[in-house]
Amino acid sequence: MVKKTKKKVVKKPVKKKLSPDLQAVETLVELIRVTSTIIPNDVDRAIRKAQGEEVENTTASYAMNIMCDNIELAKNKSQPLCQDTGTVIFYIYHPPGFHQTPFIKLIHKAVIASTKKGYLRQNSVNSLTGENEGTNVGAGHPSIHFVEHASKTLEVKLMLKGGGCENVSAQYTLPDTTLSAGRDLDGARKVILDAVMKAQGKGCGPGVLGVCIGGDRADSSAHAKKQLFRKMGERSKIKELAAMEKEIVETCNKLGIGPMGFGGKTTIMECLIDHRNRVPASFIVSISYMCWAFRRQGAVIDTKTFALKKWLY
Amino acid sequence: MIELNYPFSKEAVRRLKVGDMVLITGKLFTGRDAVHKYLHEGNKSPVDLKNQIIYHCGPVVMKDKKGHYTVTAAGPTTSIREEPYQWEVIRDHGIVGVIGKGGMGQKTLDACKEYGCVYFHAVGGAAQVLAERITNVNGVYLEELGSPEAIWDLSVDKFPVVVTMDSHGNSLHKDVEAQSKENLKAYL
Ligand code: SF4
Repeated sequence: MVKKTKKKVVKKPVKKKLSPDLQAVETLVELIRVTSTIIPNDVDRAIRKAQGEEVENTTASYAMNIMCDNIELAKNKSQPLCQDTGTVIFYIYHPPGFHQTPFIKLIHKAVIASTKKGYLRQNSVNSLTGENEGTNVGAGHPSIHFVEHASKTLEVKLMLKGGGCENVSAQYTLPDTTLSAGRDLDGARKVILDAVMKAQGKGCGPGVLGVCIGGDRADSSAHAKKQLFRKMGERSKIKELAAMEKEIVETCNKLGIGPMGFGGKTTIMECLIDHRNRVPASFIVSISYMCWAFRRQGAVIDTKTFALKKWLY
Repeated sequence: MIELNYPFSKEAVRRLKVGDMVLITGKLFTGRDAVHKYLHEGNKSPVDLKNQIIYHCGPVVMKDKKGHYTVTAAGPTTSIREEPYQWEVIRDHGIVGVIGKGGMGQKTLDACKEYGCVYFHAVGGAAQVLAERITNVNGVYLEELGSPEAIWDLSVDKFPVVVTMDSHGNSLHKDVEAQSKENLKAYL
């Protein structure tokens, strides 16, 4: 029985209003904490669904159960879901007239603070010297992209992308004769399936695919990864691509790779495809593989005070 | 569910087969890239690894004011990077188990068969569940390699893994890959 005690009247401490800069850092640290420790709702639902589909007492269901336990534990302890806290990728959607340079500095501060607090592992290494400064700030890291939008709001989206799943992400050029993949949608379908087959369990599946058909190599890769900001189940507006997204998931789940590559029912939870124009001589298809520890979040932030207004996922 | 308890032995791991879900209780030594390279270069191991299990893991370890260590995240890292060295470590140091993720290649599989060792797969990304099963940090060796690369001597209680390569020449990774390749043919 829970004893009913008289509620003590505690005077709420008046929270000192922070300067916009300090508030921005605080908001961004909170965004990083939530992203690193809590699986977004839409992904959580997909993982639970996958858990339910595996046959009890198999290695696949064993793996799914451990993942679900891990999701709970990380959330309750406010500690990273996976110790590889990944490449830190920001997309910032801002109204016209927004000053980007000072905001980059605030992001750097927030990343350094989050690393000190342990929401991010010391995870950024100089590619030439192998040195790890321990701050997660260095050449090209964190990765920051600004996009101007017509709305008056400031939206900051964040993705933490681990190394294991990045290593199995892939890029193909069509035609690919070994797969008899031609320069059309069906050719794209074939190379996507090949990438999933080659990944096996190494990307910590069940995974989610972001795909870009077309574009040059650089833009195609980035655009594929950007699809991972779409919500699970958000079908492409293009009829053919929407159909392909569904078909890819269905086919992948017939391959028998399963969670962690142990064999089983769910190999891929979702596939999100978009396209880019290309030059006639080149037909690139990029596949960005995301692990089950799918960490992405977004926040709507007040443009003046930089206070957090609402979560996006 | 099979329980594997310390002290480990070749006989005990020889009984394990691919697909077994195992809870390990006892002791593990972490060792990843730098340790494998160190041993490969002919350096003496600072701990006796005979009949021990090596865990491919760079744990996040916190040290409190009293100098007491706790592991706050301890998921497996990709094992295939140790493929050039692992067979040698199995042969020369007498380890009976390797824990990691993603599986390993033919050389390691052959060494498992010849010398009596198994490859255990831990669930990648499950850093919190696995850290919870680590009950004590008994010591650390080769700390000069950097904390994630050092050899951490850890006590574990019911550490959950799956045997994906056994000491009889079987590899779940090989089987799943072959089967999925075959299944894919119908869709190409
Ligand atoms: S692929 Fe994802 S879950 Fe696996 S170790 Fe890397 S970040 Fe963690």
